[in-house]
Amino acid sequence: MTAFDVVMQQIVNGLVLGSFYALVALGYTMIFGVIKLLNFAHGDLYMVGGFVGFLVLSAISGITGGGWTGVAISMFLSMIAVGCLGVVIERVAYHPMLRAPRLSILITALAVSLVLQNTVLSITHGQYTAFGADFGFGGVNLGNVFITYNQMILVGIAAFLMIGLEVFVSRTQYGRAMRAVAIDKDMCQLMGINVSGVIAVTFLIGSALAAAAGTLAGAYYGSVWYFMGFLIGLKAFTAAVIGGIGSIPGAMLGGLILGFLEAFGTQLPGIGSEWKDVFSFAVLILVLVFKPTGLLGKSEQERM
Amino acid sequence: MTSNSNGAVPTHGLGPFLQDARLRWVVAIAILAFLVVAPMIFGSYITVILTNALLYVVLCLGLNIVVGYAGLLDLGYAAFFAVGAYTIGVLTIQFGFNFWVAFPFAVLAAVLAGVIIGGPTLRLRSDYLAIVTLGFGEIVRFSARNLEITGRASGISGIQDPSLFGWQIRTQTDYYYVFVVLAIIAVIASFRLANSRLGRAWLYVRHDEDAAEAMGINRVQVKLAAYVIGAIFGAVGGAFFAANLGAISPESFSFEQSVLVLMAVILGGMGKIPGVILGAFIIILGPELLRDLGEFRLLVFAVGLLLIMLFRPSGIWPGRRGA
Repeated sequence: MTAFDVVMQQIVNGLVLGSFYALVALGYTMIFGVIKLLNFAHGDLYMVGGFVGFLVLSAISGITGGGWTGVAISMFLSMIAVGCLGVVIERVAYHPMLRAPRLSILITALAVSLVLQNTVLSITHGQYTAFGADFGFGGVNLGNVFITYNQMILVGIAAFLMIGLEVFVSRTQYGRAMRAVAIDKDMCQLMGINVSGVIAVTFLIGSALAAAAGTLAGAYYGSVWYFMGFLIGLKAFTAAVIGGIGSIPGAMLGGLILGFLEAFGTQLPGIGSEWKDVFSFAVLILVLVFKPTGLLGKSEQERM
Repeated sequence: MTSNSNGAVPTHGLGPFLQDARLRWVVAIAILAFLVVAPMIFGSYITVILTNALLYVVLCLGLNIVVGYAGLLDLGYAAFFAVGAYTIGVLTIQFGFNFWVAFPFAVLAAVLAGVIIGGPTLRLRSDYLAIVTLGFGEIVRFSARNLEITGRASGISGIQDPSLFGWQIRTQTDYYYVFVVLAIIAVIASFRLANSRLGRAWLYVRHDEDAAEAMGINRVQVKLAAYVIGAIFGAVGGAFFAANLGAISPESFSFEQSVLVLMAVILGGMGKIPGVILGAFIIILGPELLRDLGEFRLLVFAVGLLLIMLFRPSGIWPGRRGA
């Protein structure tokens, strides 16, 4: 392979990886936007999404087969289920804490994350569960670079979801309300906006996007397990910070940048795949230290 | 005062029934007496568990300084524990140092790690700090797993037992007493710190950062002090942990370890020394009392943590209300 092929191959890899990161990062950034909470449980919603997708696919694969039709239906149902789970979590755990000190709500979010993780751990006994999607290995050759149809469909679905979100946020009534709540919650309340409703919708959408990513990742990588949300949760947060936390286009951009950084980072001498995760965290720390507002974020004076 | 629910003053952590100073001494001496005779009464199995619980007391009191006193959420505390343990492991095995020669380096390494990671990030919002510490914890563990010098995934084994003024620390009971002493030192240090000028500065910064800064407290410096002192507690615990087990591997320092220590601190009551000690014992003894829990162990603790945060955010120790 020539250097050009390596670059092309890593662009493809980065795009796939970046799609996952971006979908999860969107939820982080939206939830952060409306209630200024870093939802530690977000990565675990991705994980639960993967498991729900797996369950649905196992139930329907007799009829639809394990191909993309089945996966798309599983993804859709998983998005609904996990979206509702996200709303329940917000109502039960975060809503009573909104006026509490930040340390308390952060720990609550951590507790929710641990409850989700360990519930799945107890059910699955910590085993990897084979996903059972069956795609085949078709694809196209671009020079020496082979791109599978799966990769294209996956990136396509991710792009479709992100465009849908962008339209929702910029064109609809609820989207406008969401942007308003992100700016000034108390004023929105005074203007008659149903702030609790907007927060619920934000959790619904954010969690649903994480579930979509979880199902797609399960189908793409072939298995799901209880701890799969941990690393991607951290990395999606990194992506959200790179793009500027609170900014929706920022999350998409940050996801893609992190995907590319990681894909190309593994090619650098001395990094390789075993140092890949360390590399991502180092990027996170560097971004936080030197540009905490990210690329598209607004600078804000915030006290802890 | 603000509606800060975790704002009980650290120095007033003792329950209302322990307000009497004389009674407090009686209780302290009774606990001490129990700790001294415990290995003679119970078998070696329980001694091992108690040793572990005492190690947790040291770690939890260390994290308590960061989380309880200074109000910073640290999700990678196991990193400092790992730095202490691995410094001892690497220096004694790879470089042939004596344990006591290596020990100051373990503390120094933790201080350096604390400054390197805390220095630039303590200016950030507290939730950013939480995630940076989480990332740092993982970096340390990944590094231990990937580096040749730390023995990669299999870790380091054959760490020698140290001797102290001719006393060879060897048996499980010996280590038990070492950890009793460490725990007592940690308790005394925690009390002294809470009552110090620095302790009051932490309290102020935790309640109102801007006001504290306006009163001339250097916010970043004070937080960094908490972070570094917490790191030292962790490294000391880690150093003796390495000597006790004689073998360490990256999996001893996982995210789960950080979470367990944090849970103990919060369950017992952030910022309150007796509460934190109680939390450490609950986290270690709880699974022993409920052997059948198995995989449900962490789930039970996680649900407990959630319920505590929702219904009793100041922990289970009957601390003083208000403040």
